[in-house]
Amino acid sequence: MLAALLFLLLLGAWELYARAGNVDDFILPAPTEVGRALYDDRGLLWDNLLVTAQEVVLGLALALVVGAALAIALHFSPLLRRAVYPLLVGSQAIPIVTVAPLLVVWFGYGILPKLVIVALVCFFPIVVTTLDGLRSVEPEQHKLLRTLGASRWQAFRWAEAPAALPAALSGAKIAVAVGGIAAVFAEYAGSEDGLGHLLLQAIPQLETPRAWAAVVVLAALAVCCFALLALAERRLAPWAHRRKDPIP
Amino acid sequence: MATDLEAPVEGPRPGADEAEVELLGVTRTFGPVTALDGVTLRAARHEVVAVVGASGSGKSTLLELVCGLQAPDAGSVRAARAVLMPQRDQLLPWLDALGNAALPLRLQGVGKAQARERAHALLREVGLAGFERAKVYELSGGMRQRVAFARTLLAGAPVLCLDEPFGALDAITRAELHGWLTEVLAREPRTVLLVTHDVEEAAVLADRVVVLSPRPGRVVAEIAVETPRPRPATADEVVAVRARALEALAAAGGEAGGAREAGGEPG
Repeated sequence: MLAALLFLLLLGAWELYARAGNVDDFILPAPTEVGRALYDDRGLLWDNLLVTAQEVVLGLALALVVGAALAIALHFSPLLRRAVYPLLVGSQAIPIVTVAPLLVVWFGYGILPKLVIVALVCFFPIVVTTLDGLRSVEPEQHKLLRTLGASRWQAFRWAEAPAALPAALSGAKIAVAVGGIAAVFAEYAGSEDGLGHLLLQAIPQLETPRAWAAVVVLAALAVCCFALLALAERRLAPWAHRRKDPIP
Repeated sequence: MATDLEAPVEGPRPGADEAEVELLGVTRTFGPVTALDGVTLRAARHEVVAVVGASGSGKSTLLELVCGLQAPDAGSVRAARAVLMPQRDQLLPWLDALGNAALPLRLQGVGKAQARERAHALLREVGLAGFERAKVYELSGGMRQRVAFARTLLAGAPVLCLDEPFGALDAITRAELHGWLTEVLAREPRTVLLVTHDVEEAAVLADRVVVLSPRPGRVVAEIAVETPRPRPATADEVVAVRARALEALAAAGGEAGGAREAGGEPG
């Protein structure tokens, strides 16, 4: 409620500044101009949204699969954890923007390099949170499971994997916020469509309202993905939203 | 009714007085700390032995030795298969009450439907009829301990190691569960090692109360309780046993023998 009020206030200020200050549309379009672009270019925006949404969703799915698998491997092998974890952290310092053109050279103009870039950006928070989730099972719980006769695999199946599920989804929620940016960079590096491609064309053509409209659509995409993940978390792991220790 | 409920208890039973748990001169150290020092303790089949002591007397270590989670540094531990019931229930929040109770059966490879059916009957036994589908976070602390106990029973082990099972509960719920545990054990007798720092709880529930001194844990007293269960906390013998145990604790330097603090203890 408060967020909506603040948003409207900022929007109003922007509108006032853009109109009263007589700022050119290609420098800073008023929100109403952006709104008009959203409406006028709706077909164009929709087509390109579908492309980018596909990249973000599939890239995130790829990141979830690879990230969770890697987290499980690191969890089961302390040796691997010691060897790989520092490299993983270091890999996050690689500026993906500069690597993106290389990936285009390797994988071509299709969707593949985009998926790889989105996944590269998204998988790190997923690995970290999933690993934390796997390790969140208390030693007491493990002792209990051992006396109940559970094997290592059964401890994973019954305790660790369910504990890691909401954690992995939390990681995905963090990742999806940057996933859209990754998709745009990937499209900058070489593409024929997508919201990034649209931005890349609109800005030099001084179609600034259209560029802003693309940004709005991109933001809406991130919010939708986030909301869907939050919903999935609620449905798949309802226990994660409850207090752990009710009063006896 | 109990016959189709209880999990098959393993192994031949040579004689009723055969010790099912036997610790002989057991010493366990953690670095510079001696948790247990030359502890000898026996529990006969279906005997309820309470182990009392202040924090730091190695009570939890003792249970882990019996459960095979640790090995002694000296002495010997011989025990039939034992299952741990930890102080904090450690129920899995992603399973309902029934699923948690059925967990040991599932771990033994019993199919889901059959495991749940057996757990269903046992949950009724422990007074949780109607709560089978309840999520863990919907249950009260006392109910959770009952589910945890049902889970412990369904493991089908002859020895139950209860580590402060009622330590985190309020006094009223605790007294209620004392009566309840007495009833359940009358129907489904097992060998029980009950670790507690509540001397009264020990005197009410146990056939024998073993008092441990703090750091290092040594047996400083063994008190038999003859009054048949259920016995009220006000029974003469319970009061007398409680007094003797408290004396022994005080003599051993136990600072909080009768204290009912809910906190856990390390090791």
